[in-house]
Amino acid sequence: MTPAQPTSSTSERVAVETRLERTTTPRSSWSAFRRALWAIVWKDLAAEMRSRELLSAMLVFALLVILIFNFALELDARTRTNVTSGVLWVTFAFAGTLGLNRSMAMEKDRGCLDGLLLAPVDRSAIYFGKAIGNLVFMLLVEAIVLPVYSVLYNVNLFHAGLILVILLGSIGYVAVGTLLSSMAVHTRTRDVLLPILLFPVVIPVFIAAVKASSGYLQGIPMDEIMPWLNLLIVFDVVFIAIAFMVFDYVVEE
Amino acid sequence: MAESPQPSNTAPVIQVRKLVKRFGLKTVLRALDFEVQPGEFVAVLGPNGAGKSTFLRILASLSRPSLGEVYVAGYRLPGEAAAVRRILGVVSHQPLLYGDLSGEENLRFYARLYSVEHVAARVAEVLELVGLANRRRDLVRTYSRGMQQRLAIGRAVLHDPEVMLFDEPHTGLDQEACAMLDNVLRQVAARGRTVVMTSHDLSRAADLATRFDVLSRGRIVASASHDTLPEHGLLQFYRQALQVEGQV
Amino acid sequence: MESKPAGLKFLDGLTVALMLVATALVFFYAPLEAVMGQVQRVFYFHVAAGWVGMLGFLVAAIAGIVYLRTADRKWDLVGLSAVEIGMVFAFINIVTGSIWARPIWNTWWTWDPRLTTATIMELIYAAYLMLRAGIEDPNRRARFGAVYAIVGFASVPLTFFSARLFRTIHPVVVGTNQPGAEGAFDMTPKMLQVFMFSLFTFSVLFIDLLWHRVRLGRLADRVEQLKLKWMA
Repeated sequence: MTPAQPTSSTSERVAVETRLERTTTPRSSWSAFRRALWAIVWKDLAAEMRSRELLSAMLVFALLVILIFNFALELDARTRTNVTSGVLWVTFAFAGTLGLNRSMAMEKDRGCLDGLLLAPVDRSAIYFGKAIGNLVFMLLVEAIVLPVYSVLYNVNLFHAGLILVILLGSIGYVAVGTLLSSMAVHTRTRDVLLPILLFPVVIPVFIAAVKASSGYLQGIPMDEIMPWLNLLIVFDVVFIAIAFMVFDYVVEE
Repeated sequence: MAESPQPSNTAPVIQVRKLVKRFGLKTVLRALDFEVQPGEFVAVLGPNGAGKSTFLRILASLSRPSLGEVYVAGYRLPGEAAAVRRILGVVSHQPLLYGDLSGEENLRFYARLYSVEHVAARVAEVLELVGLANRRRDLVRTYSRGMQQRLAIGRAVLHDPEVMLFDEPHTGLDQEACAMLDNVLRQVAARGRTVVMTSHDLSRAADLATRFDVLSRGRIVASASHDTLPEHGLLQFYRQALQVEGQV
Repeated sequence: MESKPAGLKFLDGLTVALMLVATALVFFYAPLEAVMGQVQRVFYFHVAAGWVGMLGFLVAAIAGIVYLRTADRKWDLVGLSAVEIGMVFAFINIVTGSIWARPIWNTWWTWDPRLTTATIMELIYAAYLMLRAGIEDPNRRARFGAVYAIVGFASVPLTFFSARLFRTIHPVVVGTNQPGAEGAFDMTPKMLQVFMFSLFTFSVLFIDLLWHRVRLGRLADRVEQLKLKWMA
């Protein structure tokens, strides 16, 4: 059996494959881990920037939710300050599930998850890569929703403390959400199932985030807000740790 | 055949002993034995539902054996799966490519996952090898199925694996695309790599492989090397093997 | 055909006996509570049921961890059984809580942290079952169940704390200003005895039901196996 020439239509040259000198020298596995992680993040961002399907879906959905709240709650100027943080977080939660599902579906539907699993890196690189990607999308949506809400309802939302809460809350939400979406994606009812799985588990995040947000917006003293921030931090740490430990089992067969 | 970088040239690259795979209560692979020497190109043939894909997935470290022993290049699966993945290249019938990225970007992504050095040069080389250099910047979702399969093979050889696994690579390709694919397959195999390919398509397999194994109902029931088969004998060999199993 | 093992038969008998005794104790031995009257007797069953609900969750989480490490199907079955049973008892807990609340505080529901947490726990249970229902591959179903049981269980303490923190900052219970809004009352020694006994009884009940359910699952597996053999 002799190797035949490749019949490339444009090139008459023989494509010769040089023997690589063991290019994949097992360098420190930490740098391989980091490289894989950021490769995955970059890949998600780049793919999304091309199609922008995910972001536009999340954004439009978020804005619609805010609109519906406007009519559903009949907010006068005073009650608005009370419910703002609640409305914001409900919006983020629902828009977030869209993002989480799409992100995982992209891997599963074209079998790309296998491609990731075949790579000689620790599985958790996949988890962290996807989670960071999901976090970036969620933060992007939040970054757009905040000014829009400010304008529509004439509320000043630019408060450093609020940004901190949104960051901490989103991290917790995405940490659990990425794990659960990697399970939900295997079912037929994945879009419905993810919120059902996710929301009861992230209720501490909601409660703490809403309370802390409205705390900052209403200028409540710092030591009343601290317990909520602590709760958020504890939740984030605990669940990132749990997700990191069990992700292998979810993803391997 | 080119030299293989194994410490000992007589040790089999792939060794499978009494492999059992169960899904819940259903047993798909039963006490399967299988061995591949370095440099062989083995075609695993069999009817639908025989367990070919399941078998290949286990070799690819994507699935865990329920019982039995699987060794690839001396590493045991699933325990030492990470080491195996470094020297393994896998092509399944799904292309494992991201439609919204270009061919080049897909390869660069995988090169980074595999810690390939000199990424740009290697990617360019592989694109030439699979004949897609002129479409490198086009999004993969604009590729035909044949082109996607070729790019998938490119993805699989990026890190210069010693062992390659192909799961029914000709699925969904027309004659011309099949011919192009075969060219690439031969190129890839000619580097002294060990190849295991499952296939439906006997004529394709006949052209490419050095050995033919028949997998039926979860076991290898027959094996023959290319030289011992008479011309057009593959079909007969295949039918006979299945007849013994009561499947034809 | 496997017949009921002797241990299980004994446990059945013991459970029935204990339940009868506990019921008698609750209605005849325990004293009448000063403020709330007869309705307070629900308390013994309410808390015991809540306890079993939590126990179910705990067992499911532990079974989940063990399953992930051993891949032994038995543990998956234990986890599933624990969730099913826990779910029923958590439901009893919520309903009896409601029954108790109505005459005392004139409301069907209080956002009491414990009740709130119990309800959320119930929802997690339901989600667990829905997740399992959506997966066809038995191995995957077991793994996912185990993971979700662990994740769900880990969230319960945090949910409880956040609900409680929420309450201390917003101490509003619709319809009442009583300090007893948390359901606290002083327990006399006799009450304590009945309380501990009912906790014990319900725990035994849980183990009995768990054993039955696991056995049921195993027999169902046997049937499947026989079916496959016969069809092949």
